[in-house]
Amino acid sequence: MATDTYTKVEDTKVGKKAAGPVGWVDDRLGLAGVARKNLRKVFPDHWSFMLGEIALWSFVVLLLSGVFLTFWFQPSMAEVVYDGSYEPLKGLEMSQAYASTLDISFDIRGGLLMRQIHHWAAHLFIAAMIVHMLRVFFTGAYRKPREINWLIGVGLLALGFIEGFAGYSLPDDLLSGTGLRFVDGLIRSIPIVGSYLEFFIFGGEFPGELIIPRLYMAHILLIPALLLGLIAAHMLLLVYHKHTQWPGPGRTNENVVGFPMLPVYAAKAGGFFFVVFGFTALLSATIQMNPVWAYGPYNPSEVTAGSQPDWYMGFSEGLVRLMPGWESTFFGYTWSWNVFIPGVGGLGLLFTSLALWPFIERWITKDNREHHLLVRPRNAPTRTALGVAGMTAFGVGWAAGGNDIIATQFGLDIYALTWVFRFGFFIFPVIAFLITKRICIGLQHADSDRILHGYETGVLERSPDGGYSERHAPLPVAGQYTLTARDRAPELAPAQTVDANGVEAPHNRRERVRVWLRDKYYAGAVDKPTADDVHHAEEHLGHFEGHPSDHGDDFRGVSDAGVPKVH
Amino acid sequence: MSDEIERHHGPSEVAEPIADPGLPVHQYRVTDVDEAQARRTERQISLMFGLATLLAIGFTVAYFAVDFETTFLGWSAQNFALGATLGGALLLIGVGIIQWAKKLMSDHEMVEMRHPVRSSDEDRAAVMADINAGIEESGIGRRPLIRNSLLGAIGALALPSIVLLRDLGPTPHGQATTVWKRGMRVVNDVSGTPIRPSDVEVGQLINAEPAVFFPAEGEDHSEFHGHELLAAKAKAAVIVVRMRPEDITPEKGKENWGIDGILCYSKICTHVGCPISLWEQQTHHLLCPCHQSTFDLADNGKVIFGPAYRPVPQLPLGIDDEGFIIAMSDFPDIVAPSYPELARDQKKLDGE
Repeated sequence: MATDTYTKVEDTKVGKKAAGPVGWVDDRLGLAGVARKNLRKVFPDHWSFMLGEIALWSFVVLLLSGVFLTFWFQPSMAEVVYDGSYEPLKGLEMSQAYASTLDISFDIRGGLLMRQIHHWAAHLFIAAMIVHMLRVFFTGAYRKPREINWLIGVGLLALGFIEGFAGYSLPDDLLSGTGLRFVDGLIRSIPIVGSYLEFFIFGGEFPGELIIPRLYMAHILLIPALLLGLIAAHMLLLVYHKHTQWPGPGRTNENVVGFPMLPVYAAKAGGFFFVVFGFTALLSATIQMNPVWAYGPYNPSEVTAGSQPDWYMGFSEGLVRLMPGWESTFFGYTWSWNVFIPGVGGLGLLFTSLALWPFIERWITKDNREHHLLVRPRNAPTRTALGVAGMTAFGVGWAAGGNDIIATQFGLDIYALTWVFRFGFFIFPVIAFLITKRICIGLQHADSDRILHGYETGVLERSPDGGYSERHAPLPVAGQYTLTARDRAPELAPAQTVDANGVEAPHNRRERVRVWLRDKYYAGAVDKPTADDVHHAEEHLGHFEGHPSDHGDDFRGVSDAGVPKVH
Repeated sequence: MSDEIERHHGPSEVAEPIADPGLPVHQYRVTDVDEAQARRTERQISLMFGLATLLAIGFTVAYFAVDFETTFLGWSAQNFALGATLGGALLLIGVGIIQWAKKLMSDHEMVEMRHPVRSSDEDRAAVMADINAGIEESGIGRRPLIRNSLLGAIGALALPSIVLLRDLGPTPHGQATTVWKRGMRVVNDVSGTPIRPSDVEVGQLINAEPAVFFPAEGEDHSEFHGHELLAAKAKAAVIVVRMRPEDITPEKGKENWGIDGILCYSKICTHVGCPISLWEQQTHHLLCPCHQSTFDLADNGKVIFGPAYRPVPQLPLGIDDEGFIIAMSDFPDIVAPSYPELARDQKKLDGE
């Protein structure tokens, strides 16, 4: 312990005031050891690290606005006659859930605002989680030692979807009832046990009178508790692992460079909570969200054209629309593939592949190191291309979920459009993969050029024989370093099918598959220049600048980048 | 270790092309070197906090002053006033704090070293030894009888926890039938008035319900209420359409299910149960607005596009003594989305 510095603190104004309370707390909790390590913990700075923070703070906004709504919302499907202030629905029979939602909207001051803040924050929560997850994916931040935190994140996203859907269903208006009707059909489609699950979940025949209270319990207790626990674990692991950072001068895999938690990050993050809350409040003040009063109470024999789930369910919805009408009967049971495969399989496939990806990648690359430096998406072309392919598949599903809207807005034939999406779901991701990979490799070439040939200065030079060339200048060293601060591609050894004694190795076939995948994984990627390359290029750049006209006999013109082709 | 198959080069193995130049020299901000500028920033930030205070007071005023009826740009003035003041106050507080952190708080970057997540070999060995000692001392390996019977007992606890959920709902029942029966009138779904064949024109679609959903003559209440009514409606809702008789191609046995081109179909989609309501007069197609399953009502409700598999079931029609349209039976085919026991239930229905 550096006792001398401690004495100095005691002499300061803050030290004199705080020593008593801090001592009192530490005598009872003994947390000074932990606090000492964490109060000034360093966090690196980058705009993309803020995305997860948006998700965190919108969750807090959801908790606050949600508590407000529970003061009046009545999760009951008992029929009442509406007697509130909204004239068009007066005297109508409706569930208590819907009636109390109308009361919140029209008879509780600030109730409509809180309802809208709650719904807007829910959209923001899920959107921020998705964008944050894409950031983590495309920069490789999920790699060892952060795989567990990635899994927690996937769990959070899945729970967020369910939580959002449960909340969407609670007001028991025509739109949310139509959503529940879909869920009822989905549960029925589960092979063999579907009817039993349906009757148990709905407490009888659809709609029954129990689903709203049950969803309410899940929406305000069960899922938020799980979300809260997982968020806490997510944050603890973030602090424990220390945040990843972008490579750069002085920023290595062994350190973390940035500002301390106290005061800078405490202020920035704390301030950002107010920004997120304020932003959702302004959205809610100006843009109408889910006007349940316009839909009317739920009635299973009515539906509005253009019924849509909230956008994050659009992928699932789209797959359900794309699926051909397949149904079969065997073993005396009806198997509704048309609903079960897209409805359960779509999101199942999405979340399973997200959860497995870090482990699949590690199995393919056998990369067992700890990674604390982020990778630019271009420097992992296959990963980036796979990510974009996945986004494309999600996007096709999403677009298909609005095929009726697209068809009416653009005057297209809905059946033709559906066929395009049916094939597109399989073809577009492949095209996206190929294009993305080429773009990444092109960008890698461009980076190499910028290191070896410098950047284009915009200064044109004319040689005595009339040729034009652009003068290149070397990048600043810091820039050059940042461009090269990445992993070199590993040596790709062929599959070892026999061991040192010539005996056939076990797991032979698996190893061959792995090596094949690995070669595909690294195929085409441009390695960073070697020290020799850079040394050679430096000489060349200096040479070029000094003697613009003297190219010698073997000069064969200038390339697009303004570099003589002799090189 | 299998890791040796691929060697991931560390920095030591191949010289880096560019050596790490180290952290750049710290750049001072204007507010660091110019005290007047710093004071100006301070004033700006406290102005934001001051405005936020005013907006919070404005929120309170608006809460009491703006009533529900007032509108602003065609939408609730109260919602706008409360949201704008609250949102503005929050936003100003947030922006002010962030500005403070960025402009005035120290911006010297700090470096902290990372440590491998992995614990030391000693710690790992000690943990393994502890686990081993725990297992040894418990004797769980030496006394399989205790271990196995305990596992069995804990496994048996699954029974109460599953059995307890049994009363979540009744066992499936009644999925194959609806409230329709022979002689029940087909009535308009809003007014509850019975329909005569002459009320239906060619090309028209009428949303209809069984008469039992409405109070019988001389009574105040219908037989069904609340969720029971919704559950019954979810299966029994129908549409009545009229086409030119020569356009209709009924299947064998269904020739007399219509009245001069008036046919009645279930309104509930066989896909996931949305009410199907988009009717194309010219093509006789019925389109479900949820997932675009399309049924040809001139051809026995067959699926011609979309994810539905089963045709939309048809209700056989007749006319009663007073000339109103009635059902001649319940739906011979099962309505609403498919479920696992559907094939068996349908067989039973066909046998009756």
